[in-house]
Amino acid sequence: MKGEYWDAEMELLSREEIGALQFKRLRETLERCGRSPFYREWFASAGFDPARVRSMRDLGALPCMDKNTLRGDDPRRFLTVGLDEVVRMHSSSGTTGQATVIFHTAADIEAWAQLVARCMYMTGVRRSDVFQNMMGYGLFTGGLGFHYAAERIGAMVIPAGSGNSKRQIQLMREFHTTVVHVIPSYALYLLEVFAESGLDPRSDTDLRIAFIGAEPHTEGLRRRVEEGYGVRAYNSYGLSEMCGPGVAFECPEQRGMHVWEDSFYLEVLDPDTLEPVGEGEEGELVFTSLNREAMPLLRYRTRDLAFVYPDECPCGRAHRRISRIKGRSDDMFIVKGVNIFPMQVEKVLLGVLGVGSNYQIVLDTVKSMDEMRVLVEVSGELWHGEVKELNELRRRITDELRQEILVTPKVELVEPGSLPAGEGKAVRVLDKREHVKGVEDG
Amino acid sequence: MAKQVNVFAQNQPGRLERLTEVLLEEGINIRAITISGAEEYGVVKLLVDDPRKAFDALRREGFSAYLKEVIAVIMDDRPGGLHRVCRVLGDSGVNIEDAYGFVFQDRKTAILVVEVDRLPEAEDILRSRGLELLSDEELYSL
Ligand SMILES: [Zn+2]
Repeated sequence: MKGEYWDAEMELLSREEIGALQFKRLRETLERCGRSPFYREWFASAGFDPARVRSMRDLGALPCMDKNTLRGDDPRRFLTVGLDEVVRMHSSSGTTGQATVIFHTAADIEAWAQLVARCMYMTGVRRSDVFQNMMGYGLFTGGLGFHYAAERIGAMVIPAGSGNSKRQIQLMREFHTTVVHVIPSYALYLLEVFAESGLDPRSDTDLRIAFIGAEPHTEGLRRRVEEGYGVRAYNSYGLSEMCGPGVAFECPEQRGMHVWEDSFYLEVLDPDTLEPVGEGEEGELVFTSLNREAMPLLRYRTRDLAFVYPDECPCGRAHRRISRIKGRSDDMFIVKGVNIFPMQVEKVLLGVLGVGSNYQIVLDTVKSMDEMRVLVEVSGELWHGEVKELNELRRRITDELRQEILVTPKVELVEPGSLPAGEGKAVRVLDKREHVKGVEDG
Repeated sequence: MAKQVNVFAQNQPGRLERLTEVLLEEGINIRAITISGAEEYGVVKLLVDDPRKAFDALRREGFSAYLKEVIAVIMDDRPGGLHRVCRVLGDSGVNIEDAYGFVFQDRKTAILVVEVDRLPEAEDILRSRGLELLSDEELYSL
């Protein structure tokens, strides 16, 4: 019988104990990296000698890695174990050639399940709960990460997957679901489906906890989920490169997400200089995994911008807390839980049109759901004066975008000169969605 | 070969006004205008007295314009005239992509403007079947 904590030993470490454990695990991780062909070269080219690391600070001599580092090499060369030891792979969203592959040993899967179990248990999930996992299963880590953890706790798992709203509601009512894991904008959409069915989730379900993640959202949206369903909603943070969900999670205080520092070493860096920001200042989250076997990552740039709360959490856990994600240091954006880069849209347009064209991505909230529109300027060089050509052009752009970004956008053809010219995300992506508007912290 | 100016335009208030304003500024006369459209955008087709000048001016003003070759057929303004042209082209396997007509100032002759897929060939077919085509100069100086 566990008390208030799933893993009291780890959750209740003091700052000093966390520091000591981190250094011990960093040494082990560096030693392990010596068995990976990639890391041997990485260390050599940086003139980095792992044996001479005397403190966490010494890690700063190593250059940061990012998605491009992972894409730049065969994922098998990152392995610190034989391929026989690998029991699973996951892949970040993106299409072939762009996806990043992460390998797991059996111990990695278990450690990950334990971390997510720690998160869920912290918010009150117990053996008696019924957990409906409304996240996509498959290559995406959001589904399986929570699934295994809930089973470790002993809750009953309904692996519902994403979509099919009527069925989701039916499952909730038939099996008395108490806990859900859901993309926040989908949670709002589902509220409308409840209303259309003449049901009120507050009285017509047994829901009490919702985990909302995989998509940045505001405090206001969280409150709407909490009020609409009559639940407590908790924010979740993770990335497949570190394991998946379970990197940081809100405790019942709901003020910042505790980063599990026994498993991850967090640096908050200025995205331009890659120097640490001042205490409590916003910067890019950079993680080093401390407890992963197959494919440890050192100083991995997440591109997510957040700050660390300087004060202690009343819950008693000394693991530092990060704020909601404030934005990105690159131009990635998320639609319906899928990561998308403007470059992917640009590539498709170039492929279809044969020449570069001015375009804009407009994100909106329609019936509580994300809507993505792609506006494309049709210059005189692109067509031969016929309407059917334009219709055909629009159809092809839509089809190829769907294949590339896995989301079906609404393509609109516009006159030349009607879109803002220039470079960068500010110009290319116009985000008018409710849930990302005015991201503030609570 | 007769030319018409096709312009891509979004279905938005003020676009047609801006387009005609550009032509007015250039002193270009519009002989005929049609709009074929989809839901959010369409193609404005203009028969003008100086297509090249209109095309250049519209491109310069940022319009997505295209100079399209067309055939202008003279028809007697009485029942069956249009049908005859369509049948001649149809029999020869020429597809009409778009067509519109307007009546000549004398009120007796109608002009049918057709966009077809096999252009030089279609002209020969029409001529060989006794139909009269307008030359560029005739068309522009109407
Ligand atoms: Zn706490």
